Amino acid sequence: MSVMEQDSAGAPARASLLNDPKVRGIFYQLVLIVALVAFGYFIVTNTIHNLEQQNIASGWGFLENTAGFGTNQSLVEYSETSSYGRAIYVGFLNTLLVAGVGIFFATLIGFIVGIARLSNNWVINRIAYCYVELVRNIPLLLQIFFWYFAVLRSIPGKREKWSIFDTFHLNIGGLRLPKPIWEPGSFMIGIALVIAIAASIVVSRWARKRQEATGQQFPMFWTAVGLIIGLPVITYLVTGMPMHLEHPNFVETGPILRQGFELNVGINVIPEFLALTAALSIYTASFIAEIVRAGIQAVSHGQTEAAHALGLRNGPTLRLVVIPQAMRVIIPPLTSQYLNLTKNSSLAVAIAYPDLVSMGGTVLNQTGQAIEIIGIWMAVYLSLSLLTSAFMNWYNQRMALVER
Amino acid sequence: MSKKILPLVIGAAMGVAATTAAGATTLEDVKAKGFIQCGVSQGLPGFSNPDSQGNWTGLDVDLCRAMASAVFGDATAVKYTPLSAKERFTALQSGEVDVLSRNTTWTMSRDTQLGLNFAGVNYYDGQGFMVRKDLGVTSALELSGASVCTNTGTTTELNVADYFRANNMPYEIVAFEKADEVVAAYDAGRCDVYTTDASGLYAQRLKLTNPGDHMVLPEIISKEPLGPVVRQGDDEWFNIAKWTLNAMLNAEELGVTSENVDEMKSSDNPSVKRLLGVEGAFGEAIGLSNDWAYNIVKNVGNYEESFNANVGPDTPLGISRGVNALWNDGGFMYAPPVR
Repeated sequence: MSVMEQDSAGAPARASLLNDPKVRGIFYQLVLIVALVAFGYFIVTNTIHNLEQQNIASGWGFLENTAGFGTNQSLVEYSETSSYGRAIYVGFLNTLLVAGVGIFFATLIGFIVGIARLSNNWVINRIAYCYVELVRNIPLLLQIFFWYFAVLRSIPGKREKWSIFDTFHLNIGGLRLPKPIWEPGSFMIGIALVIAIAASIVVSRWARKRQEATGQQFPMFWTAVGLIIGLPVITYLVTGMPMHLEHPNFVETGPILRQGFELNVGINVIPEFLALTAALSIYTASFIAEIVRAGIQAVSHGQTEAAHALGLRNGPTLRLVVIPQAMRVIIPPLTSQYLNLTKNSSLAVAIAYPDLVSMGGTVLNQTGQAIEIIGIWMAVYLSLSLLTSAFMNWYNQRMALVER
Repeated sequence: MSKKILPLVIGAAMGVAATTAAGATTLEDVKAKGFIQCGVSQGLPGFSNPDSQGNWTGLDVDLCRAMASAVFGDATAVKYTPLSAKERFTALQSGEVDVLSRNTTWTMSRDTQLGLNFAGVNYYDGQGFMVRKDLGVTSALELSGASVCTNTGTTTELNVADYFRANNMPYEIVAFEKADEVVAAYDAGRCDVYTTDASGLYAQRLKLTNPGDHMVLPEIISKEPLGPVVRQGDDEWFNIAKWTLNAMLNAEELGVTSENVDEMKSSDNPSVKRLLGVEGAFGEAIGLSNDWAYNIVKNVGNYEESFNANVGPDTPLGISRGVNALWNDGGFMYAPPVR
């Protein structure tokens, strides 16, 4: 069949235009495309044929079957009676969570360390240097094991705890936090938050315009903080406190297995999540630190001198003059680091964090649908990466030099 | 140049098609390459585990060695592929291994939906629980509220979910990819309970810091018949796997051991004569030589010898025969006769 396709594609080339470079170019491109399509077609049909021949079930119907296994972290309703599809969705959300939180902390630590690398203070400078060299030269999987197993052994066991302000508790079962319980009427608080954010944006635009026109500065940061925290708090008080906190319940009597923190009361951040987030953000931060340092050093020193000459202190010089220019150098490699972090989060399976690969792996084993599951994995990581890239490219365009 | 590329591409595509379409039988493949590629675990003492010299030993490994003896008369004509629970079926389906002898539970879905065949049961197991002695727990029914460490991608994960749900007990599952990490996490106190097949619990207990501080609870919550697996659709190879196991069991039943097998060749018992290839042509019927079973017993031993050497009471695992004894000794082990 592929032979016929190629013959028809080759037909124009046999005409008199044999020596026309343009025609030959098109011809080669067509041959390549046809060959690629034929190859893809062959792979797919061959796989289907082989699966049928070996009596291996295929198709997507298994996604609706009952999963039958549990998990220790799910952001949506999930139980053993949920479907395989739901299990994979739970894993996907867990991947998103650890990637999102990881990217946040990696960026934060990375920027701090990157700037510290350029500090004039010798001690800070050396500490940052050691951090970068130490962390980025140790394989990530070992760091995950370090954070999980070494740290796990040093925190209190299940029937004990470390507490901070009697609100946050840590033991080997995880970090326990109070859980907000929303009551009827609490949606007003959400509305207040949205209004506060909108107001902050409006005020910030106004403040910028005023500064451009008159040079007068407005304490924008503190206004925004006040609005975003203050407005919901006032709403909360005015509407009669329609929310309370459910505190983790530490049981000290009764059967020994029932001692310790009660299951499903308060929020429990499982130690697998803590270890994975710590390892991912600290590891990626060491690369981000180098990117930030390089970005800042790429800004000509004359810019700093000029800013100083205008009377700007160190902080504003960095914030207003150096970093905005450095961002143009920083963003493209930063994007790769974000992508790396997201993909590296699949190492979670080593320490029992139920991410996409872990949950999908269990489904794969129960159903034996290897091709479908691996297809889902690849599609999800690919789309996450493409989305991240698209967002960062958009951000990069915004930050790029605008020629006037 | 285009005239060179075209035939090349088509030729390549057809070549691949030809190789996948033809496909020799597994026995022919094995004979041609001179060894059996055997899928084993990544290290489960007593079943498949490399010893201090790096040689694979264990009950499951002995089955591969027995198959190699049956085919080549040489127990060492085996190469091993350590597989995780997740990889094992794909490795067998794709032909990466010829036989999977990796403490794998025979279930209906695995037997019918994966294009695989289970060739018998070489160890009757069941899922159990291990806890620290200082918890003071004596029954699995007292495990309400416990956190449970286990492996991902195994039937144990499903059984534990069923058991806790059926008894209406809340629990937290912590599922790891590899057994070593499960043991480490349980040892660190992340979980109250470690669950897997009972044989696995005894084996993994040896890896804990203080094995004496831990106990296996009496409840067995599932049926876990473990056995060798081959690809579906190759009955010749399926027969060889099936009858290798049967030969080891029949040898035990008839009192044929690796030590007395040469004397037994002149035995008056017709069953022994048939098994050892003195009478009849049973080996040829499965595509092998007639001394196939003789070679198995000579090189590897009968089932009892393999059991005692790898998991029996005198080994660190110290597992008694129990349900794995022969049928005439109160167990489930029953092999069809060589006749």
